[in-house]
Amino acid sequence: MSGILTYALHYEGAFNKNSLGAVSEGAKLAKEIGGDAAVVVVGGDDLTDDLCASLGNYGATKVYRVKGPEGLGAPVVDAMAKVIQDNSYSYALFGGGLLGFEIGAGLTARLDAGVTMEVTAVKAQSGKLVAERPILQDSAIVDVDYVGEPGIIIGRLNAFDVVESGGGAAEVVDVDVQFEDHSGQAVMIQRGEQRGADVNIEDAELLVAGGRGLGKAEGFQLCEDLAGALGGAVAATRAVVDAGWYPYAAQIGQTGKTVAPKLYLAAGISGAIQHKVGMQASENIVAINKDANAPIFEFCDLGIVGDLNAILPKLTEAVKAKKGG
Amino acid sequence: MKICVLVKEVPDAAVEKRIDPSSKRLDRSGEKNLNPFDTHAIEAAMQLKEGGAVEVEEVVAVTMGPESAFRALHKAVSLGADRSVHLTDDALAGSDVAATGYALSKVLEAESPDLVLLGQQSDDGECYTIGAVVADHLKMPSLTQVIKMDVEGGKLRCERQAEYGYDTVEIALPAVISVGDAINEPRYPSLKAIMGAKKKQLDTKSTADAGIDAGRVGADGSRTAVLGINPPPAKSAGEIIEDEDTAETVEKIVNWLDERKLLA
Repeated sequence: MSGILTYALHYEGAFNKNSLGAVSEGAKLAKEIGGDAAVVVVGGDDLTDDLCASLGNYGATKVYRVKGPEGLGAPVVDAMAKVIQDNSYSYALFGGGLLGFEIGAGLTARLDAGVTMEVTAVKAQSGKLVAERPILQDSAIVDVDYVGEPGIIIGRLNAFDVVESGGGAAEVVDVDVQFEDHSGQAVMIQRGEQRGADVNIEDAELLVAGGRGLGKAEGFQLCEDLAGALGGAVAATRAVVDAGWYPYAAQIGQTGKTVAPKLYLAAGISGAIQHKVGMQASENIVAINKDANAPIFEFCDLGIVGDLNAILPKLTEAVKAKKGG
Repeated sequence: MKICVLVKEVPDAAVEKRIDPSSKRLDRSGEKNLNPFDTHAIEAAMQLKEGGAVEVEEVVAVTMGPESAFRALHKAVSLGADRSVHLTDDALAGSDVAATGYALSKVLEAESPDLVLLGQQSDDGECYTIGAVVADHLKMPSLTQVIKMDVEGGKLRCERQAEYGYDTVEIALPAVISVGDAINEPRYPSLKAIMGAKKKQLDTKSTADAGIDAGRVGADGSRTAVLGINPPPAKSAGEIIEDEDTAETVEKIVNWLDERKLLA
């Protein structure tokens, strides 16, 4: 057995950034352990020859194109299981994101394979792959080896860099897949619905982000006032977006956006891994939280243990005074 | 409708977790609690039972874990589950995700539920994957991170956040659904429910009782092996201020920002 198979998620004619990271990483690792750097794509007519072949730019040598429903895990499990069984790939690799977790887990069961998730790096050692996985709130990293093949590697969000290696067009191979009955029992009714106002947080140099610690939706006014004084924008955690306190477009983290501003000021955010992966590359991280044990105090540059309702208004006034003076 | 809720005993969040250097596994001694994410799954089951859109005959809490894990089941029934099943066997120790998912699917097969619910992740292992492993073994459709779930015409209508926004997915039963923590606010158990928990039926099963192939579970049956444990790359600790005098704290923050030219 040899080679690495990745999955590339696409939407509206473009591939997902984390998928392209996985394709790039797969291509790099395939060079080290030998075999194809192959990719599975599942979708409809929008998966044109050109779009599929463009994965060669990221080092893919072969793209298996499967006609099937998009945005759900099980059909991709069926497709990847067939491609792995027919072509004996040694590893299946996924970039970070919801769907990669679901597909990787499904393949684990289908192929009786080992799986490691939240992987931040992959090493080639004596022709095999070893996955590095942080555990216990990132306080330790375990090296995981696979017993038998295939091995399934599910990356953490943004773990793998997108690298345009300048390869030529990838070979595109159409594959017919008989989908399992249960794969047809989940049907997408609506995909990619945007809720709430559209705000742009990715271009902001200064971000004030609010979490559950704000207490209520009205608490975001404190963040907006401070962001206004700083000349920045407001972002939010998944928990408060799901609670309807702030628009989806402002969400940072696992299923939201990834940002790296000059200043990330986190107000009432505990700093769970799912949030951390979306903002840890920020240049300066300031955290205000009343819980001294919040994980965010482990990776912020300046942490304030205190009541944000008391601190934020005074900070806003002080910033205004400083900038005005 | 019969609902099974998968639950797990995890180290209490207040207790510092450590890896046992000899076994390379999480040291699971010390204070334990029901995985807080699982309480959302139990609450979702209770809301279906009480909601009236569908008749729920039974809610069964299912766990796999050492002997002490019965406490997580007591907590689960105090939150409303009707009875519980405890899969426990020395042969299961050290099972990885693949082995755990297989073992749980065998218990669920025997229960034959119409709906399997679980929390989005465990508080200790931070796995998001067990639901999809179990679902594939059971040949059921599944969805993770569901934040809204309604029964309509014998099917589930689920909403979740995915890569490109909110998705709405219709799922036929039986199905495996892992719920996000935004789906509900779990209730607190009443004192009466806590006292009554020990009286509810609890079945303990061994691997043999559950028809589990012992060669596919435990450390030996697992498909992954931990080679080593390393400390994370060193990051210099940040400065921490305890806010005692807010005016002084704010001045420190402003100076800190100004030094980094963030107030230009």
